[in-house]
Amino acid sequence: MYRERGKGMGRVMVMVGTKKGAFLLESDESRKQWDLRGPFCNGWPILHVGYDAATKSVLAAGGNNWYGPALWRSQDFGESWSHSSQGLSYGEGGPAVERLWHVTSAHGKVYVGAEPAGLFASADGGETFTHVAGLRQHPTLPQWQPGNGGLCLHTILPHPNDPQQMWVAASAVGTFYTSDGGQTWVPRNEGIRADYMPPEAKSEVGYCVHKVAMAPGMPNRLYQQSHQGVYRSDDGGQTWTWLTDGLPSTFGFPIASHPRDPETVYVIPLSGDEGRLMPGGMAAVWRSRNGGAAWERLSNGLPQTAAHVTVLRDALAVDAMDPAGVYFGTSTGQLFVSGDEGETWTLAADFLPPISSVEVAVV
Amino acid sequence: MAEVHLPRNLVELFPTAPHKLLLEADTVADLVRTLDERWPGMWDRLCTVGPAVRQHINIFVDGEKGGLDTAVSPGAVVRIIPAVSGG
Repeated sequence: MYRERGKGMGRVMVMVGTKKGAFLLESDESRKQWDLRGPFCNGWPILHVGYDAATKSVLAAGGNNWYGPALWRSQDFGESWSHSSQGLSYGEGGPAVERLWHVTSAHGKVYVGAEPAGLFASADGGETFTHVAGLRQHPTLPQWQPGNGGLCLHTILPHPNDPQQMWVAASAVGTFYTSDGGQTWVPRNEGIRADYMPPEAKSEVGYCVHKVAMAPGMPNRLYQQSHQGVYRSDDGGQTWTWLTDGLPSTFGFPIASHPRDPETVYVIPLSGDEGRLMPGGMAAVWRSRNGGAAWERLSNGLPQTAAHVTVLRDALAVDAMDPAGVYFGTSTGQLFVSGDEGETWTLAADFLPPISSVEVAVV
Repeated sequence: MAEVHLPRNLVELFPTAPHKLLLEADTVADLVRTLDERWPGMWDRLCTVGPAVRQHINIFVDGEKGGLDTAVSPGAVVRIIPAVSGG
């Protein structure tokens, strides 16, 4: 049973999406002892779980081979759930929506990213959806190709103050930006490497963006982990600068920014196309304190032998506490937690199904 | 009236739905629409664009696999069965 903690204490809730349902972990501010509940969502594959503070809802995005895509919603911290697909359609003649990859909320709306790549918005907390059709009306649509994980829209970054502005990213298409509430979009991929395209190609799309994060207080500062490198943009994605020097690999899936310091960013480099595992079997998170100019390896408490694990694009998160907590989940079901900005780590949960996503909220 | 059998993992998604019920319908599409009226959202779980029955859902009418336009006669037995789909 869900239980309230003592009054006056912040409760930290970690939301984990897995191949076999969603899980919730809760702790007090110390972030040392974790209560685990789940699996939720009837054991459906859940690719991302988020928290909508406006409606105090836990939202889980996923899809099931039998019954299709759905956004699951709990308004009592996991005690009960509803599910909806209403409006998740590209219309007659369009492809079927296979699953949902990402959910976020801003400015009174819930947004979900879908596979095949597209964006939907809900004005009623996730009960019904409207297709944000402008994105798929982009003339490059016929060139959109899937990455290894599918043609998925996995990143949604609303501008914190202006509801008209938003960035989204899809694999293996690239990053797009709108300044008119989603009616029109422009690709924002200048400067991103794409060794899988001929060098003479000048394509607006075809960039295997893995994840984009926004710096706090600086909406035009974006950090990107792509298939081939880590990048920063200080102009809302119009140009990207290579930040990968000092990292053990150009490859990785997630990237996460700090809740207060726009110079601090976290990545988890993986061996590249040769396995996509922690390099050398030694688990580590890498942190930059200077906007990506230099990186430090953080591994105190993480396994340093035979840790042949993968961390997927949404499976790294940072909380809003001070000091910030950092969290990541592995493809083999371990959840690691740091309560001190990544300096030291502990195992918060093990033997979970393969983890797709980790998010955290202070509730 | 047709005798309609719903699978366990569908009933779990709509907890007030029974495993077995009697419905009047001329076609499978009518039948699924009636289910959706009683349990909103059930159409989306069983059907996709086209419209068509989802790839991994089988709907049998008197033992024969059917589509949305398959006729449902009075007294027919309609079984909705998820396909084998492991992982």
